[in-house]
Amino acid sequence: MLGTHGVLGMTLLLLIEQFLNGMQFGVFLFLISAGLTLVLGIMNVVNLAHGSLYMLGAYFASTFFGLTGSLIVSLVLMIPVMLLVGILIELVVLRTLYERDHMDQVLATFGLILFFNELVRIIWGVEAQPLTLPMWLSGNVEILPDAPYPVYRLVIIGVGMAVAAGLFWMITKTRMGMLIRAGASNRPMVGALGINIRFLYTMVFGLGAVFAGLAGLMAAPLQSVESGIGEDMLIFAFVVIVIGGIGSIRGALVASLIIGIFETVGRSILPVLMLEIVDSEAAQTAGPALASMLVYILMAVILFFKPQGLFPARTG
Amino acid sequence: MSEPLLKVEQLCKSFGGVVATDNLDFDVMPGEIHAVIGPNGAGKTTFVAQIAGMLKSDSGSITFDGNDIAGKTAPERSHMGLARSFQITSVFKNFTALENVALSIQAHAGHSFKFWKRASGDKTLIEPAQKILDDVGLGDKALNLAGNLAHGQQRQLEIAMALATSPKMLLLDEPTAGMGTEESEIMRKFLNDLKGDYSMLLIEHDMDTVFSLADRVTVLVYGRGIATGTPKEIRNNAEVRSAYLGEDE
Amino acid sequence: MLSKLKLSILIGSFLILAALPMVAESEMIDEPFYIDLMARVMIFSIAAMSLDFILGYGAMISFGHALYLGLGTYAVGIMAHYELTNGWMQLLVCISGTAFIAFILGLISLRTSGIYFIMITFALAQMFYFLGISLEAFGGDDGLPIDTRSEFFSFFDLNETWNMYYLILGTLVVAALVLWKIINSRFGMVVRGSHSNDARMQAIGFPTFKYRLAAFVIAGVVCGLAGFLLGNLTEFLTPEYMHWFRSGELMIMVMVGGMGTLFGPLFGAFAYLMMEDFLANFTEYWQFYFGPILILLVLFAKQGLWGMLPGKEDISDE
Repeated sequence: MLGTHGVLGMTLLLLIEQFLNGMQFGVFLFLISAGLTLVLGIMNVVNLAHGSLYMLGAYFASTFFGLTGSLIVSLVLMIPVMLLVGILIELVVLRTLYERDHMDQVLATFGLILFFNELVRIIWGVEAQPLTLPMWLSGNVEILPDAPYPVYRLVIIGVGMAVAAGLFWMITKTRMGMLIRAGASNRPMVGALGINIRFLYTMVFGLGAVFAGLAGLMAAPLQSVESGIGEDMLIFAFVVIVIGGIGSIRGALVASLIIGIFETVGRSILPVLMLEIVDSEAAQTAGPALASMLVYILMAVILFFKPQGLFPARTG
Repeated sequence: MSEPLLKVEQLCKSFGGVVATDNLDFDVMPGEIHAVIGPNGAGKTTFVAQIAGMLKSDSGSITFDGNDIAGKTAPERSHMGLARSFQITSVFKNFTALENVALSIQAHAGHSFKFWKRASGDKTLIEPAQKILDDVGLGDKALNLAGNLAHGQQRQLEIAMALATSPKMLLLDEPTAGMGTEESEIMRKFLNDLKGDYSMLLIEHDMDTVFSLADRVTVLVYGRGIATGTPKEIRNNAEVRSAYLGEDE
Repeated sequence: MLSKLKLSILIGSFLILAALPMVAESEMIDEPFYIDLMARVMIFSIAAMSLDFILGYGAMISFGHALYLGLGTYAVGIMAHYELTNGWMQLLVCISGTAFIAFILGLISLRTSGIYFIMITFALAQMFYFLGISLEAFGGDDGLPIDTRSEFFSFFDLNETWNMYYLILGTLVVAALVLWKIINSRFGMVVRGSHSNDARMQAIGFPTFKYRLAAFVIAGVVCGLAGFLLGNLTEFLTPEYMHWFRSGELMIMVMVGGMGTLFGPLFGAFAYLMMEDFLANFTEYWQFYFGPILILLVLFAKQGLWGMLPGKEDISDE
């Protein structure tokens, strides 16, 4: 009896831990997809290069941290830099694509990816950039008795939730937020209101760049910072946006957490679970295989019932 | 009394909180032209889309030629004999006028999982298509790209494509939209020639067209039919004058 | 009908391709390396052409088309791994497998349109890429050598360079002819019609979904055949061919050749692979230069190589 209890307890702890890891991954996804969903929704532009902003954020973080030794100072430096990068990309490339069809947007922003991936190799070299956590963030806390959990991951979840709250406040309470919402659901209307729509687009893009950069900064100590890391996140962000509904911040948040948790928990639990059920060599292959497909299957299922995503922001 | 060809009862549709079609009753008798007029935003285009099967209705019934068609898709309705034209010209601009009409004929000539034979050399499509173009007076434009035709001609081609589906009834969404007086006059004559051969539901902005062609007119305001009658009755209806005609003229 | 100029260019190109092995191995040139290079170009030509079939003619911006290239190589590779080297059987598995997967993915993705369609085809193709990585039995992300090439006839050994080359050339010619016939058939008219205006097609009575789905499957199968050839040529199976980067490259080939021109992508594949080769020789960081070049091409040279030639072929026939 006692033995089973112990195993169960262990499994439960593992589950909680994986669940939190999933939330933390979900926060990254939210920070990336929040900006991207607005760009897609308001400007109707497919921007593949959004993942590059995440990558740039991580590279800037490693450099700034190397120079200053402080994660907070790095953050403060990173925000205006990413804003500037975002605005520059919008002015130089994205702006020329608004009137083009989706095919052109895909190819041109694909060109941006190639450019940025190679640019970071030229500037920072091919080796992964190191960034170790400062002491005050590298400890553990006991979330349950005898269940330590890294402080840093909790901080990420906290920051993510704070950003989400701030974003909701901005979207629902401020004038700019009102324009963004109007733009996401009814673009001609914003133009008709006599708003400087070019400026609005530029600001939204810059804001999205800062969020993606923030995700990159926070992820830098957890993963190796190297060329091409943005694209893996981009794929997840697409899944998030498809599930959440283009142009919907709320959809992006909900879908990010769903995908983050499904992906993380699925990857750790599914192979074990498969072994429990089938207990054979087949399971050793099938487990990881199924885990790698899980979120996409989830996306397909949701799409089947809701082709416009969970929170369709667009009307008409 | 013969049965109406199209009978709409208690039709409703709303978008979010906005009611576009509000318990609408409507019918078209065989051979009749029944026009629908109304100010902008009255729900005319929504109504056409519901009948053509592009929009699902919230409630109410649509009976066409004795069949309940509410659950049918747009292509199914086309095969039952309902043909529509669009408010915004939507001919296939990269195809020739002939190919446009041939495509319509093809849609009603069995399935199109035919992968080998050249469609544009297929006499069973080209010959009837040419005949329809001749009938509508576009015969000499057959090999022109549809996108290169004049606006009025594109609108005529649009109706030719509807005719090529051998319909029982035409749903015409503002056939004179964007036309000058001269082009409108030609279109009016053209529709008048079709009168009697086809039943028509005519959505129209241009009052001259409506009053010269229609047998009956229904006035739509905020999705509700506020009056139905002969053109003469509608002209003299006080409620209609205040709600609509007064503003327009 | 093709203009005289385009027809001559096309026939001329095929004649050059047909003569290439002899020339390349002649004493004067003696660069057998070109045979392999052009074999690759032709395989990507087939893949790009199949993408143009749905992208240029059907307006289905599939951003996961390389998936079928990868599936083709897996069909050959996995069967060869289990010593099933009969080429006809492999071909059957390749065709039915790619058709089945294209059917399922089409069923999911064609319910949507616009940006959604792009993102979904992208994500679903990536799913198979990750699946390939997780399949340790077939080498995971390292891939797996294919020990034996497909066996068709005893007198037609694919280990002979020339046989391999002419099989690829033959497939290219047949695929181009078949797709050209399809585009101009009744079926092709439906696909092209739904490109410009799907609502209009439905209104005149076409249930377009099933036609679009069929086109999606045809494109998948043709691209799968390209993968079948690629697996045989490179004698290697790897998930890398399914990566979205490859899908992007196929789109570039289509655009460089000319969207909606069918034969344009043949030249697009050639131009792209040569450009890549040239830039890579010239600098280690070739993508740094190619990225901006690509953006400029999109902005200023969208009609593509084939489109720049005088005469339009996809309209007003006879």
